[in-house]
Amino acid sequence: MPISSRNDYHDLPDQGGHFGPYGGLFVAETLMEPLAELRAAYERYMGDADFLAELDNDLASYVGRPSPLYFAERLSRETGGARIFLKREDLNHTGAHKVNNTVGQALLAKRMGKTRIIAETGAGQHGVATATVAARLGFECVVYMGAVDIARQEANVYRMKLLGAKVVAVDSGSRTLKDALNEAMRDWVTNIDNTFYIIGTVAGPHPYPVMVRDFQSVIGREARQQIFAQAGRGPDALVACVGGGSNAIGLFYPFLSDEGVGIYGVEAAGEGLATGRHAAPLCAGKSGVLHGNRTYLMQDENGQIIETHSISAGLDYPGVGPEHAWLKDTGRASYVAVTDEEALDAFHQLTRTEGIIPALESSHAIAFATRLAAGMTPDQIVLVNLSGRGDKDMHTVASLDGIKI
Amino acid sequence: MSRISDCFRHLAARHKTALIGFITAGDPEPGITVPLMHAMADAGADIIELGVPFSDPMADGPVIQRANERALRHGVSLRDVMDMVREFRMGNQDTPVVLMGYLNPVEALGYAAFASQAKDSGVDGVITVDMPPEEAGEYLTAMRSEGVDAIFLLAPTSGQQRISGICKAASGFVYYVSLKGTTGAATPVIGEVAAKVSEIRKHTNLPVGVGFGIKDPESAQAMAQVGDAVIVGSVLVSKIENSLDDPQAITPAVVRILSDMRSAMDLI
Repeated sequence: MPISSRNDYHDLPDQGGHFGPYGGLFVAETLMEPLAELRAAYERYMGDADFLAELDNDLASYVGRPSPLYFAERLSRETGGARIFLKREDLNHTGAHKVNNTVGQALLAKRMGKTRIIAETGAGQHGVATATVAARLGFECVVYMGAVDIARQEANVYRMKLLGAKVVAVDSGSRTLKDALNEAMRDWVTNIDNTFYIIGTVAGPHPYPVMVRDFQSVIGREARQQIFAQAGRGPDALVACVGGGSNAIGLFYPFLSDEGVGIYGVEAAGEGLATGRHAAPLCAGKSGVLHGNRTYLMQDENGQIIETHSISAGLDYPGVGPEHAWLKDTGRASYVAVTDEEALDAFHQLTRTEGIIPALESSHAIAFATRLAAGMTPDQIVLVNLSGRGDKDMHTVASLDGIKI
Repeated sequence: MSRISDCFRHLAARHKTALIGFITAGDPEPGITVPLMHAMADAGADIIELGVPFSDPMADGPVIQRANERALRHGVSLRDVMDMVREFRMGNQDTPVVLMGYLNPVEALGYAAFASQAKDSGVDGVITVDMPPEEAGEYLTAMRSEGVDAIFLLAPTSGQQRISGICKAASGFVYYVSLKGTTGAATPVIGEVAAKVSEIRKHTNLPVGVGFGIKDPESAQAMAQVGDAVIVGSVLVSKIENSLDDPQAITPAVVRILSDMRSAMDLI
C-alpha cells in the first residue's frame, strides 16, 4: 500500500486534470475551448492578490468564516472512546459548506465578464448557495433541478425563487441530480458566450474538480490550525460524508501529507449495499466516464448509469469526484458506507446529545465517526466535518415519524 | 480504402453531397431498426448514423434524449447495436454505417473488444461525443488497428490549434457541429458555417460533414453547398416520435423527409 510523499498528493492533478487514471476532460468539442478559458482564468486569479483578498473578505464577512471547531463532549462521552470534534460548516451562511465554493466561482465569473450563472442542484443546497451569490452580485441565475427532487425539496425551491433564480424542472432520465447536471451542461453549451456554470461538487471536467477542491480546502486549513490550538495535537482520524465529495475533499486535502492521520469518506449505503439500492460508487461501483471525468460510477454491465438511492438527496449521485477515486486506489483514504437507518440514528443522537441538528448527509459522517471513535481511546481525536444543518430535512424526518408538518 | 472514403469518392465523382441520416438504434423498439436502415438507404441516405442509446446523453436535445429513453426501455446495449449492423450487412454491403454515442458504454466493453466487434459486425466509423483527441490515445490505437474510422467533432468554438490537432487524429470525415447547442437546436447561420468550414478545409483533405439544426429540405440544400455531407438526425427522430401510436407510419414518414432532402440537395 503506497503512502506517498508530500509531492505525490499536492502535485495532482496533472496539466490535463488527471489524478492517476481518473479525472480528465471528457466533454463534447464545443466545451473544450471554454473549459480551457476557464482553466486559464482560474490559474491566473488564484495567483492574483486582489482576487484572493476579495475572496478572503467575502468568506469572513459574508459566509461567516472561520467556522468553529467544536468539541462534542456529550456525544464523545456517550460513545466512549476517542474525543469527537465537529467542524461546524453548518453555521455558514445558507447552512452548509456549499457557499465556500459558490462565493469563489462567482467572483471568478465576475472577473471573466460573465453575466449569467447556471447551476445544477440535488437537495437544493448548492442551488440556494448559487442563487444567493447571484443575488448579491446581480447575476441572472438559472438552476436546474430534477423534477423528483423539486417535489421532495419544496422549501429550497421556494428559497431559490425568493433569491431571484429561475428554477427549471428537469424531466429527462431519472429526473434527479445527474439529469440536472446533464441539463445544465446543455444550457452551457448553448449559452457559452455569456454564461458561467457553477458546478457544486469536485466532479465534472477539468478544472472543476481541482477548482472546487481549492475553494473548499479552507475547511481543512482552518480545522488543522484549530485542532492544534484547541487540543495541542493533530487528529488521529478525519471523517466526512461523500456524495460528489466536495466537503470531504475540502477537509481532507490539507491533511493528506500528515501520514499519521487516518482518512475516512462515508458513502450512502441506502437500504444496504447488498440490496443494490444505495449511492456508494466507491464501495460498490466501478470505473467509467460520466459528466466529463473518469471515476467510480454506479453502472450496469452495459455501461448505463443506474439509479441511486439515499435518504439524503445530497448523496444521491451515481458518481464521485475523481480525486476520491485516486485516494481510494492509493490507499491514502478509506471509503465506507452507512445505511439510511444508521444515518437517522446518528441524526437523532447528535440532536439529543449536543443540541445540533445535522443535515442527513452529515449524519452519515456522524454515524461512522461514533462507530470509529468507540474503538479508540480517550486520548485520541476524531475530527468530523459537519457539512450542513438539518433544517432542510425536517419534512423527511418528520414524515418517517408519521408526522406531517 | 474504407467504405466511408469510397462513398465520398464516388459522390465527389458525381458532384454530389452526401446525405447522412441518423436514428437511435432500438427506437421505438429494436425490431424496426434494421428494416428502417434499409429504407433509409433506399431513400437516398448515403451513410447511416446509428445512435447508441445512453442513459445520460449530455450533448443531445430533447428529441434524441427521448429516443434514447425509448430504446433503453428495451434494454438496447452497445452489443445489440452492433448485432443490428451485422444484420443490416446481410442485405447491404455498400452503405457505410457510423455509430454515434457516448464513451461509457465503450469503456464498459473495453476499447480493443469494442473496435474488433465493431469491425466484425460491419461498422465503418465511430463518433464518441465525449471523447476529445486529448484523451483518445488508446482509443485511437484500438480503432486504427481494426481499420475503423475515428470521427471527431469540430465546433464553432474550436480554435485554429484544435482544428489542426483534431484533423490529424480524425479519419473518414470530420463532423462540423454547426451551432453552439445540442442536437435539434435552433437553425444554424449559413454564412458562419461556410466561413468555419473553409477554415477547416485549410487543415485537412478529409470530407467535412455539417450537422445539428438541419430541419427541412431547404436547410439541407443550403448546407449541401457548404459541406461534403449534410447530417440530419432530430428531424428523422421526431418523425418516429410523431408516429408512436401508428408504428406502420414510421418508415414512410422517415423515407418521405429523406427523399425530399435528397431531391433538394440534388438540385444544386
